[in-house]
Amino acid sequence: MASNQLRLRVRGMAARGMAFVIALIFTSLALLVEPQVVVAQEVDLSGSWTSPPTNNVLEVYEGPFTDDWTGMPLSAAGRALAQSWSAGALAEPERTCQLYGQWKYMTFPFEIKIWPSNGGPTDQIVAWNLQKAEDEGGMKIWMDGRKPPSKYLDYSRGAFTTGHWKGSTLIAETTHLKMAPARNNGGYYSDRSTLTSTFIPHGDTLIMVFDLNDPVYFTQPYVYSRVWTRATRPASTAWPPCIVNYEGVAEGVVPFYLPGKNPLLNQMMQLFHVPEYASEGGAQTMYPAFRDKLKADYLKLYPTFPKQCTQYCTNFRGQQAAGNIPQPSASPAAKSGRRKPQSKP
Amino acid sequence: MSLATATAVYAQGQAGTRGAPSAQAAAPVDLTGYWESLVTDEDWVYRMVTPRPGDYAGVPLKPNGLQVMAAWDPAKDTAAGEQCKSYGAPAIMRVPEHLHITWQDAQTLKVETDAGEQVRLFNFVPSTAAAQAPRTWQGYSVAEWEFQRQGAGRGPGKAVWGALKVTTSNLKAGYLRKNGVPYSEKTSVMEYYDPVQESNGDGLMIVSSFVTDPVYLFSPFVTTDNFVKLPSAAGWKPSACSAMW
Repeated sequence: MASNQLRLRVRGMAARGMAFVIALIFTSLALLVEPQVVVAQEVDLSGSWTSPPTNNVLEVYEGPFTDDWTGMPLSAAGRALAQSWSAGALAEPERTCQLYGQWKYMTFPFEIKIWPSNGGPTDQIVAWNLQKAEDEGGMKIWMDGRKPPSKYLDYSRGAFTTGHWKGSTLIAETTHLKMAPARNNGGYYSDRSTLTSTFIPHGDTLIMVFDLNDPVYFTQPYVYSRVWTRATRPASTAWPPCIVNYEGVAEGVVPFYLPGKNPLLNQMMQLFHVPEYASEGGAQTMYPAFRDKLKADYLKLYPTFPKQCTQYCTNFRGQQAAGNIPQPSASPAAKSGRRKPQSKP
Repeated sequence: MSLATATAVYAQGQAGTRGAPSAQAAAPVDLTGYWESLVTDEDWVYRMVTPRPGDYAGVPLKPNGLQVMAAWDPAKDTAAGEQCKSYGAPAIMRVPEHLHITWQDAQTLKVETDAGEQVRLFNFVPSTAAAQAPRTWQGYSVAEWEFQRQGAGRGPGKAVWGALKVTTSNLKAGYLRKNGVPYSEKTSVMEYYDPVQESNGDGLMIVSSFVTDPVYLFSPFVTTDNFVKLPSAAGWKPSACSAMW
């Protein structure tokens, strides 16, 4: 009886051992055939990227009109802030550098430089970096899975961004954003915002999609996309840092307009015959159905337009008429108070 | 991890070969369904309302194009039955509208618009005869998939994502903008259709267009247009072409 049990036990052990050996062989073969580490097939985004001056030309190159919030999903709070905003606010010492937020990677005209940071024991890519020719604080997209810092940390213009690959598309999530303009006419996003950036490569073309979610000043995400192509010359990122300096507004003074007292809320009507209920923005202005609402009002005024457009009518400052696609100048028009950063003292 | 270019293309010829999956079966992403324009940028004034006469800001227009634009007369276009001139393939994705995307057959993707009631056919199996047919507003489009893969280090990996690339030619001359900014019949359009997900979970599609016209443009007219996915046909509102609005 005991010897039978011993035989059965030995047989069982032999069977288990055989199964283990077979599993080991198959596993080894599988490892030989295909590594088991599943990774995205990353794309090398490094280099200089430029965007053709054909998309969203008014905002990117000329600067927005003082009352143009069309297509922005502003909440009531966002609209109240925008309509009370004065460009002089950017001369306050507290707000001198406020213009340069992460959103500007999408809407400023300058070229972008992208490069990887390597590190770790295998010298792998731990982050992707974006930099423009202005002091937005850089965008560093951490790829090493690190956790975000405390929400009580003092937020910097560089914010905090992590990323991951989906196929060859890089998706980045940004938190710890400082309050900054999403449009340079008082259309702000708050420091409770989050930003999802998607980088879609197509050879030498890069599609960037920014998706800004702000529970304070927006009622739904603000989505913005833009095409970039590889630049034939290196991007210049050699601008001086934004330095707080005296710009004519003393500390503690806050330029603003009281409700109903902003004299600059009629530019869209004067130039484009766009009524205030459209130019003040809001999610409803982003959808085709809004055209139906506008149609009667707009076409009633259309015959009063001059036969030829008289202001802000040409391609980028008319320079393309010479057959060139110029790089934007370092000082875009300041219709809404856009300013150059301070020079180094 | 090594860096590698990961975008592979579902070649046009591949679609017709025996044993190869159809374009529909090989699709790395599903673009079918109803979509709605999301007009969120400052080109709003060129898209949501009829632009001012003579306004061509952002368009790399040559002087001969300026002359054509100056002659814009919507009443004349309507009388001539040419009120769809601003609904051609180089402009149609800029028009605020709804799209209905379906598979006409396993090798042809159909895009219908409610604005102007236009139909675009994206052909994964090119046809020389069709490409030489009379010119139309939507021209002749050749499509191919671009695959983005994810997987093990060796081998092509599994396609986890992708995009649609469309090239269109054989177009009737028309307008890039409602106010008569022209494009010629020598124009070609290259487009990428990239699906992404909005932060609120909604589906988005980014259409990037490169309009090339050796007659009226100095350089390609490059734009992006955003569409949000709809769960149903709600909002679909067919309307005839209009030369003025």
